[in-house]
Amino acid sequence: MKFTLKIWRQENAKAKGEMISYDVAGISPDSSFFEMLDTLNQNLVMTGGDPVAFDHDCREGICGTCSLYINGRPHGPVKGVTTCQLHMRSFTDGDTIHIEPWRAKAFPVVRDLIVDRSAFDKIIQAGGYVSVNTGGVPDANTIPVPREKSEAAMDAAACIGCGACVAACSNASAMLFIGAKISHLALLPQGEVEAAKRVQKMVASLDELGFGNCSNTYACEAECPKGISVSNIARMNRQFIGAKLFAEKEKIVRDSL
Amino acid sequence: MLLYSSIAKKVFMAMAGLFLVSFLCVHLGINLMLLKDDGGRAFTEAATFMGTNALIKIFEIVLFAGFLIHIFFGMLVSGQNKSARPTLYAVSNHSDTAPFSKYMFHSGIIVLIFLVLHFFDFYFIKIGLVAPPPGVSAHDFYHRTLLLFASPWYSLLYIGCFVVLGIHLNHAIQSAFQTLGWNHSKYMDSVKLLGSIYSFVIAAGFTLVPVFILFFRR
Repeated sequence: MKFTLKIWRQENAKAKGEMISYDVAGISPDSSFFEMLDTLNQNLVMTGGDPVAFDHDCREGICGTCSLYINGRPHGPVKGVTTCQLHMRSFTDGDTIHIEPWRAKAFPVVRDLIVDRSAFDKIIQAGGYVSVNTGGVPDANTIPVPREKSEAAMDAAACIGCGACVAACSNASAMLFIGAKISHLALLPQGEVEAAKRVQKMVASLDELGFGNCSNTYACEAECPKGISVSNIARMNRQFIGAKLFAEKEKIVRDSL
Repeated sequence: MLLYSSIAKKVFMAMAGLFLVSFLCVHLGINLMLLKDDGGRAFTEAATFMGTNALIKIFEIVLFAGFLIHIFFGMLVSGQNKSARPTLYAVSNHSDTAPFSKYMFHSGIIVLIFLVLHFFDFYFIKIGLVAPPPGVSAHDFYHRTLLLFASPWYSLLYIGCFVVLGIHLNHAIQSAFQTLGWNHSKYMDSVKLLGSIYSFVIAAGFTLVPVFILFFRR
């Protein structure tokens, strides 16, 4: 197969970038999108060019490192997969493929197709954890968890933090990400204890980082490679409203969460 | 108000929006009295009640507050959303979303323009800010309406605005439920369906009046 690629090239965070056109040929339909890009980079290196920088790590759809906004959709045209799990057979021979980095104020471009997603880490640092002292391994089943709750928590925990939700959102909002992170903790007894503080801390952090607001278009859910449901956003909204109305104000300031 | 969190701003917007949605139902009820062939007696009586009843007068302030809150936060949130993506994509988004859900700001602006027009056509005349057209008294909403809808262009503009409002509401109602956290596997599908039906009834109901006047009252 052969393709015309239009790729965003940007020297560094400060440089002005542009879309550059490349041709690749002899691509197997069974090669992955990244193997296709590897071929392009190999050609570029061989001809003395500058290889295209893009994020990738596990290449098996579980680490959340890969990104790429392909023909107007994060992670490309196939629903429920990350870019690394996208194969060239999903395209037609001779296609022109536009490849851009995630676009959001909170995700500045580092180089070419790589963006800095440490804004997500800052949100997690603000409260996306459970404060328990480590010690001996607790006995199994000392804390009963209903089956449905553990399933719902696991569904939310499937979020790999890739940022496709932000990339797809017309407002560059991170609501699906934070909704998933808040839900998977709040649904379990261990996380429920700090739920009211957590939601306030994490939403405050989210607002500081310059993400947009949610306008419920649900593009995030449509593009999430892990199929995270927007009902997690509603759960967060419920918790947030509840926390603002009923949680003790002073304690939040004094505690060190 | 600028310092409220993203969720709080949306919650205020959603609550004000749901209030405005309920008001539309009352307004539609009065408008439909125009269809009654009684020379505008029922309509005028209803309009007089709405214009003079003390409780309604107080509620009028609440209604204006509802509009202001919804419009203010709508503008604020939309502005922040725009600035959250300073560099746009070369290829516009192709994600599978509900049609028009991304254009709430645009449909909102059209409805706002209509609202301003509506104020000039009725409310400002009623309170004496704008002179009524010749031959119509300031409080005669019935003949004022007939006069406006006598123009097919005005009727068409009016209908167009209500189609846009219907589209706005179709996304807005379920969106308000989601924002307020009332998304539940048991009833969210019903909320979406009933919201769509309600939006259709509102748009169709308001549209019925100029169509009826155009074809049956000339």
